[in-house]
Amino acid sequence: MVQLPVWTAIAPTVILALTVLLLLVVDSINPDEDSGNLLAVMAVIGTVTSIAVTGWYLLAGTGQPPTDPVLLFADAIVVDGMSLFFTALVGSVVVLIVLASYDYLADHPYQAEYYSLVMLAATGMSLMASANSLATAFVSLELASLPSFALVASLKHNRGSVEAGLKYFLIGALSSAVFAFGISLVFAAGGSLGFADVAAAAADTSLPGVLGLGILFVAGGFAYKTASVPFHFWAPDAYEGAPSPISAFLSSASKAAGFVLLFRVFVEAFPQTAVAGTIDWVLAFQVLAVVTMTVGNFAAATQENVKRMLAYSSVGHAGYVLIAVAALTTDANRSFVLGSGMAHLLVYGFMNTGAFLFIALTEYWDVGRTFEDFNGLAKQAPFACAAMTVFLFSLAGLPFGGGFLSKFYLLMASVNGGVLLLAVALVVNSALSLYYYSRVVRAMWLEEPDGTLEIQGYPTGLYAAIAVAAVMTVLLLPAFGPVAEMANAAASAIV
Amino acid sequence: MVLVEGLIGVTLVSAFAVIFAPDRYAGKLATGLSLIPLAGSLFMYANFAGSGNALLGGDLAYETTVTWFEVGGYGLNWHVGVDGISLPLLVLTTILTTLALVSSWTPIDDRESQFYGLMLLLEVALIGVFTALDFFLWFVFWEGVLIPMYFLIGVWGGPRRKYAAIKFLVYTNVASLIMFIGLFALVFGLGDSLTSLDIPAIAQGVRGDELGALAGVQPETLKLGAFLAMFAGFAVKVPVVPFHTWLPDAHVEAPTPVSVVLAGVLLKMGTYALLRFNFTMLADVARDLALPIAAIGVLSVIYGAMLALAQRDLKRVVAYSSISSMGYVVLGLVAFTPHGMGGATFQMISHGLISGLLFMSVGVIYNASHTRMVGDMSGMADRMPWTVGIFVAAAFGYMGLPLMSGFAAEVLVFIGSFQSTVIPFATVLTALAMFGIVVVAGYLLWAMQRTLFGSYSLETDYEVGRAPVHDVAPLAVLLVLVITLGVAPDLFYAMIQDAVDPLLGGGV
Repeated sequence: MVQLPVWTAIAPTVILALTVLLLLVVDSINPDEDSGNLLAVMAVIGTVTSIAVTGWYLLAGTGQPPTDPVLLFADAIVVDGMSLFFTALVGSVVVLIVLASYDYLADHPYQAEYYSLVMLAATGMSLMASANSLATAFVSLELASLPSFALVASLKHNRGSVEAGLKYFLIGALSSAVFAFGISLVFAAGGSLGFADVAAAAADTSLPGVLGLGILFVAGGFAYKTASVPFHFWAPDAYEGAPSPISAFLSSASKAAGFVLLFRVFVEAFPQTAVAGTIDWVLAFQVLAVVTMTVGNFAAATQENVKRMLAYSSVGHAGYVLIAVAALTTDANRSFVLGSGMAHLLVYGFMNTGAFLFIALTEYWDVGRTFEDFNGLAKQAPFACAAMTVFLFSLAGLPFGGGFLSKFYLLMASVNGGVLLLAVALVVNSALSLYYYSRVVRAMWLEEPDGTLEIQGYPTGLYAAIAVAAVMTVLLLPAFGPVAEMANAAASAIV
Repeated sequence: MVLVEGLIGVTLVSAFAVIFAPDRYAGKLATGLSLIPLAGSLFMYANFAGSGNALLGGDLAYETTVTWFEVGGYGLNWHVGVDGISLPLLVLTTILTTLALVSSWTPIDDRESQFYGLMLLLEVALIGVFTALDFFLWFVFWEGVLIPMYFLIGVWGGPRRKYAAIKFLVYTNVASLIMFIGLFALVFGLGDSLTSLDIPAIAQGVRGDELGALAGVQPETLKLGAFLAMFAGFAVKVPVVPFHTWLPDAHVEAPTPVSVVLAGVLLKMGTYALLRFNFTMLADVARDLALPIAAIGVLSVIYGAMLALAQRDLKRVVAYSSISSMGYVVLGLVAFTPHGMGGATFQMISHGLISGLLFMSVGVIYNASHTRMVGDMSGMADRMPWTVGIFVAAAFGYMGLPLMSGFAAEVLVFIGSFQSTVIPFATVLTALAMFGIVVVAGYLLWAMQRTLFGSYSLETDYEVGRAPVHDVAPLAVLLVLVITLGVAPDLFYAMIQDAVDPLLGGGV
């Protein structure tokens, strides 16, 4: 068998980047012609190729035990089970987004820019999953963020969209500065940026206070990227104002990418044993997790706007995923705990994307944004509403989709870590969340339409994306075992 | 054997087939397809070869165990099987579902394919609840019951259906979560001695005193806490006073066929789970708490009957009387005598059939008269002799007329609780519970006399004629079953007794 050169390990990310260039080239050949079809197809093909290669590597065991992780470019980039897992996750979400955008963007003037920005952000996110040094982490984070700002504001003539983009950008710029400052403090304390070197230097640093402050600032940068308290304020506005496929993209893929970087940085660069004298970040994340899920869920329960409700619920889910680091106590089964967050992010990637794409569908139909506007929608679009019902009940943790199992996995993880408070907060918040998720279900299926509702057309791309997301959400119930195992194996390589 | 999987699989496929079928054929198609699980469960009954109690190491019939996946050292298994307690409930489920589907032909005339599909989905979840022996799997089905029920009440119900549906969903879901926490306290208390969430393994571990301290809480306190959490969770489902307030709303708003399944099978989920978890797994705690539990049972009997006495709506009368009947089950279970526990289980079956029959009769009368109010009609016997005849027979069954299943069940419960050495003041409590029968007779006779007999009059603008054959046929079938079980209770009672006996021996 031919041994591929080592650099090909990063091929999934490279393929995404090449797709960006290809999209720009194709558009520049004939910029005046409307070539939305071609662009969307190319973006899908590029992403699917990237997923296929990722899947191949995952199955072939590239960079996974028993072999060592593949280190590239002076150890700045790593390819292992976790990076492949998240690259596949981001790729899956991108496919759904592109499929949906094809209809959503019909008649939109800047299609090439839109698709290439989506692909560029995806490249950044998959690079985030592979970062092995704080420098790569910062660059990839910016690579993912900058296109996102433009995407949120891509509906140029919509005030909400532009305002959301500006808010997102301002808070993003601030938190980037916080993140960079944190990195500089960590560098000052240890003199290195590679994760392994940081960890090695942290144990006997002469500046524990500076290092602790640096870790705190880095955590702040992640809180922004994952929409966790206290840097979650941008999320409801940005998600509400952005075009819905982009809201789905940000709340699923971008959040997942933020989390993988968080997992890596805290487990590899700041292991508890090395930073024991400076800061107890497990305790800090316990507080953050409980506060984030509670704030997200209580805020979601009071919303009148469905999209905004989903945005807050996305904050709540960030709180659930934080359990994966908050329960990483010394006597926990560490790979098991970390794997729970990864598994939940994967399931969440499908069910949350699906829910936001349903919102995209309602925007396409122009039915309005409040719960009341959804009244009786099921009479006209039973299929889409059934899919939305699956997404919502799965988000709430009822056994209608993978969300039930991944929440259960998180519950087991919090008990495994011995942090019962997290378990109780998870259960109580899930119970509360059923209330507001079921309001949408109630509006769609039980309420009578007010008569003026008339649906025009059934867009193929959006429907296909919603159908795929629904099938995946349901399939992840019986097929959760392999996913959990894969997450576990990927996590075991870095803890 | 893969019979249980077959039942679940076929019903699930049927449900989706019906959802995508045209409205016109949905009712007949669903009924036809529901005959398959019905035949399957009867086949299982005919060839039943299990013995002993499923949780205490008895021989299970139609058992399969396949590992689904492993999470955190706990294997989640597809583990199903039946014993003498679950098989009768399984048969009850399939029979009542088929009959409820037939009885839907007349009243349901909107979004039929969705209605019938959801009814079959409900059946899937119910079959699962009574056959699953892995806690995780069981919980999937347990929660799975909520969703079809929510829609069935919320879409096809009466005027206040949305309120009733959301109340049902939130109320019972919160109860499930409390119960969930209670059980997991036990699981984590068992610690490493447990490698799966297998219900028999948990039960045997808890009964075998393998429970350790959890987070500083001593095993005895842990057991008490778990018992109370699970009791509260299941008490909502049963329901017992004072957790019953969701039931009248859900019942009154639900369309009749849904009420049939709700009263006939869903309430039994609560008592079945009480029997399996509280009275088998934590039997010693239940024995210690016998007095308060028996008191709650008797309170439900009396208070439920009193509430029924005060109603004008026939459906509310039957709904509240269900609370009363479920009180007998609780009293029988806590007696910890062969006849008490066996009779309570038999009462689950018997009440399932009789309450289903009464709800259906009320439904048939409502289909014709469009009212259920006692004051709005009288003399229905003149116009619908068959329906009224069966209604009267069913009512007598409810009052405990000998040779009907209600009599057998209640006599067994009373004998059992009278003999009980576990309940303090057993004789007094039994006597009080028996008084409930008098109240039942009071409200049923009163309601029947006002509505069914006397000279014909009706306040609504409908002409009442004879009910169609497919409305009356399910009633007749149920009546035959009620009488058969009254004459020959051993059809089910023998296997129930066999499964209940190991519970009374003490240890594992």
